Amino acid sequence: MRTDQLVALLAADAAPVRRRAVSRRLGVALAIALPVSAAWMLMAYGVRRDLIEAMFWPMFWVRLLFGAGIALAAFVVVQRLARPGVRVRGAWLGLAAPVLLIWLLALVALLSAPVEERAALVMGHTWRSCAIDIAVVSLPMFAALLWALKGLAPTRPALAGAAAGALAGGAGAMVYALHCPELAAPYIAVWYVAGIALPVVAGALIGPRLLRW
Amino acid sequence: MAKSEAELRLHGLFVRGLAGDAAAYRSFLEQLASHLRAFLARRLFGWPDEVEDLVQECLLAMHNQRHTYQPDQPLTAWVHAIARYKMIDLLRARAGREALHDPLDDDLAVFAESATEASDARRDLAGLLATLPDRHRLPIVHTRLEGLSVAETARLTGMSESAVKVGVHRGLKALAQKIRGSR
Repeated sequence: MRTDQLVALLAADAAPVRRRAVSRRLGVALAIALPVSAAWMLMAYGVRRDLIEAMFWPMFWVRLLFGAGIALAAFVVVQRLARPGVRVRGAWLGLAAPVLLIWLLALVALLSAPVEERAALVMGHTWRSCAIDIAVVSLPMFAALLWALKGLAPTRPALAGAAAGALAGGAGAMVYALHCPELAAPYIAVWYVAGIALPVVAGALIGPRLLRW
Repeated sequence: MAKSEAELRLHGLFVRGLAGDAAAYRSFLEQLASHLRAFLARRLFGWPDEVEDLVQECLLAMHNQRHTYQPDQPLTAWVHAIARYKMIDLLRARAGREALHDPLDDDLAVFAESATEASDARRDLAGLLATLPDRHRLPIVHTRLEGLSVAETARLTGMSESAVKVGVHRGLKALAQKIRGSR
């Protein structure tokens, strides 16, 4: 086939394209998968019994905002990475900021606590399962986002996969926070960050294989 | 950075094409093909035979991924990123290490030159097209290459009109996948 024939063939397929198609596609993937994640959290773990009461504690909101901040920043990063020739630039800072803030908060909490209580602040009661559970809760969103990215055009697939992992992990941490009994900043700084890091690493590994176009 | 004349002209055509203006889109693709040919020829001087194949592959990729372009972004950057991505892909597949000592610079001048003289493509896109399943192949062949209308194609193939339209669209994506598989 000659190139001018190909051009004619492509030009005839000039259906109008919706604006903001990238954000829309990523948004649809999240909107489909978030209820699945929430349903899994409800069935497998259940909402914490004192949820209403917990809503009056600042740390409950700090924990939710931590996940929300990561998810929001990661959304910006993913949608930029999904568009060829668009630089991510300052959006990386948005991704680092929630982590740095929670680490700062954890440091303050640890330094102001008596030495013998510090280990308990970090380990809590559920450290064995926390990171894995966050990763599992974020899995439906992770899969949906990779599917969405497959229909877009990431030219740096490892980074795009990792950012999709951060988005799924951040949103998954928010969902898991409705169950999780732990409220200490040092605990969140270690185990929530680890739970989000799992899909990030998975995305960086899967991205180059899956996101070719 | 001042926008080049080519950037402005192509951007205008592409934006109209994205809104559904087929004539503007065709004109955009024709000019884009010339620019890509010149740009790639300069970078693939070791493989003159590959240039036209890569031009076609880039055109198909840009068509299939055109929803990832937003009008507020410089078109040069978008085109360059896709051409570069496809070029790296080709070099990895064809040449391994020895090729990697040059062409992947960050020079964004995709629209600096234009070459309208197409050499023959080595890869036979029509041959790859023939390997697609009927539901993709027939709509493309009848509506695009033989110039039948959607209604005529639907009658001829027994498919519904919407299936013909979807068939063209999905078929072009499947074709891009075949190209990757043919390396």
